[in-house]
Amino acid sequence: MGGYSNRLLEVNNLRTSFFITEGEVKAVDGISYYIDKEEIVAIVGESGCGKSVSQMSIIQLIQSPPGKILGGEAIFEGRDLLKLNSSEIRRVRGAEIAFIFQEPMTALNPVITVGKQLSKDIRTHKKVSRKEAWNIATEALKAVKIPDPEKRMKNYPFEMSGGMRQRVMIANAVACNANLIIADEPTTALDVTTQAQVMELLVSIVKEYKTSLIVVTHNLGLVTRYADRIYVMYAGRIVESGTCKEIMKNPSHPYTLGLLKSVPKLDSDVDEKLIPITGAPPTLLNAPDTCAFLPRCPYASEICRCNSKPELHKINGGNHLIACYRDIARLKNEHDY
Amino acid sequence: MFYYISKKLFVSLITLFIISLFAFSLMHLLPGDPVINVLGEGATDEDIAYWRSYYNLDQPILKQYVLWVRNFIKGDMGVSLMYEEDVSETLARRLPVTLAVGIPICIVSIFFGILFGVITAVKRGTWIDQVLTTMANIGIASPLFWFAIMLILIFGMQLNILPFRGFVAPSENFVEYLKSIALPVAAGSLGFVAVITRQTRSNMLEVLNQDYIRTARANGLSEVSILFTEALKNALIPIITIMGMQIRIIVGGSIIIEQVFSIPGIGSWLIRAITNRDYWIVQACVLVISIVTVFSNLLVDILYGFIDPRIRKKWR
Repeated sequence: MGGYSNRLLEVNNLRTSFFITEGEVKAVDGISYYIDKEEIVAIVGESGCGKSVSQMSIIQLIQSPPGKILGGEAIFEGRDLLKLNSSEIRRVRGAEIAFIFQEPMTALNPVITVGKQLSKDIRTHKKVSRKEAWNIATEALKAVKIPDPEKRMKNYPFEMSGGMRQRVMIANAVACNANLIIADEPTTALDVTTQAQVMELLVSIVKEYKTSLIVVTHNLGLVTRYADRIYVMYAGRIVESGTCKEIMKNPSHPYTLGLLKSVPKLDSDVDEKLIPITGAPPTLLNAPDTCAFLPRCPYASEICRCNSKPELHKINGGNHLIACYRDIARLKNEHDY
Repeated sequence: MFYYISKKLFVSLITLFIISLFAFSLMHLLPGDPVINVLGEGATDEDIAYWRSYYNLDQPILKQYVLWVRNFIKGDMGVSLMYEEDVSETLARRLPVTLAVGIPICIVSIFFGILFGVITAVKRGTWIDQVLTTMANIGIASPLFWFAIMLILIFGMQLNILPFRGFVAPSENFVEYLKSIALPVAAGSLGFVAVITRQTRSNMLEVLNQDYIRTARANGLSEVSILFTEALKNALIPIITIMGMQIRIIVGGSIIIEQVFSIPGIGSWLIRAITNRDYWIVQACVLVISIVTVFSNLLVDILYGFIDPRIRKKWR
């Protein structure tokens, strides 16, 4: 497993900036990642760390101006998505790479029925009649376990609950047979009770249809149950990556550690305190060249302050990478963090 | 839906009833006897009595109103004292003229208003947006009569390419008809093209930033399809209100245009009637204009429902 032939998407050194009146905001500052076929990968980070922008960039969904993809490549099934022209990338969007957005309440057009929206998307990519498209869409609603799909097809989005709408978005991905589903905070806007359902559904769809899934989230707890590998992003860069198991067992970047400490765990002691990461995420506008986590880092030392941003490098042999000058695994035992 | 429309219809009828009271009161509230006003001080008592009884002015006031409404519904709007013309007949002759100018104004301003609005929204910040937005601001700021006079000066008198007086019926000569309404339509639609352009632009900008537009893009829909099927339908909802006003303007707003371009429609007729205190014509015109207004509002309410399912669902 893991051979190149199995690779679905490989992003190299992607850089996306927003040019606003105050200057350049480096939202995505040279990130590289990959996803294999039938794999589930999570991209984790705080709001504004560039995780959504990086995903929108690969299908050229960045609004320009003010956004601009400055460089890098996104090799998807042998071609560079960033080099496709507007009509070529349109054939990829929805058909091969399906997006599921954070806000199910606003992600569907309020004045068009669910059935019409789904059929239209299907007819954009497949040469089928209206009736066939309608049937495919109904089947897709059935696949995402929406009860009474024939009736629901004629509903408007405002007649559905948030969880239901998110299922419709997933149905869209199913109906178009996408190879890769990118879910951008798919459960953040939902009730806690529906979150698990939607996530379970998404994962079962991925397994059933043999697609791949990139989950973008700030919720590490959500990710650990489903993801094969994790990328942790901070201030437009990847600061740690590795298999889910490895990162959970051995978090090595201070930021990852901070994230884990600030999320409650079911198996922890009742009186164990949650430790928030102090300070605020840095502004990405005209940021200094030092490590972006430096002002909030409890392990910061002279080497961090004197050098430019640390590059990703392998630790512990395998596929575990971090961008940090300090060896946290060793320091963890000394500090009571 | 039937319930919703009948409710709206009922409200419209009440509005019409109140307006009819106002229109009827005109004759009685303004100083001077309407008959003596027209016949002059030297009229004989016999003449005055004859006309007073002809117009039921000798009846109790409530009965006068009932008779007036009944005749109006039957299509008998009385006879103008001044010109001894049958008001209904003249109305039937003049109303089509007003519509023949007003409907093109309506179509032209909605078409160009939405077109320019979409263009300026999509090309926001570019020179084409700036040119069109500036023109829209000028269009909103310049008074109708001034713009009409400018059009007459330039196209009618200097360049001498378009007629600027009178009206040719489309049934008579369609090409001449188009020529005769060219300047009035240009003058009449300017303000509304401007208003609709600005409204469409701001609505489109708002809608194009919505999440569902991003979803549509992420699903690979083309920009044209996104604009005209996904976005415009949402942007249209507030624009319909303005269009409702527009329909009213076909009749109500014709006054200045018809006066400036000497078009024998309702507007110029109304002005003449007001200066002559020809109450029967004024009453007829006021009622016709308000009927059009009330029903255009009704039409807008129904259109809302067709465009916006959230409103339609409330109809039940």
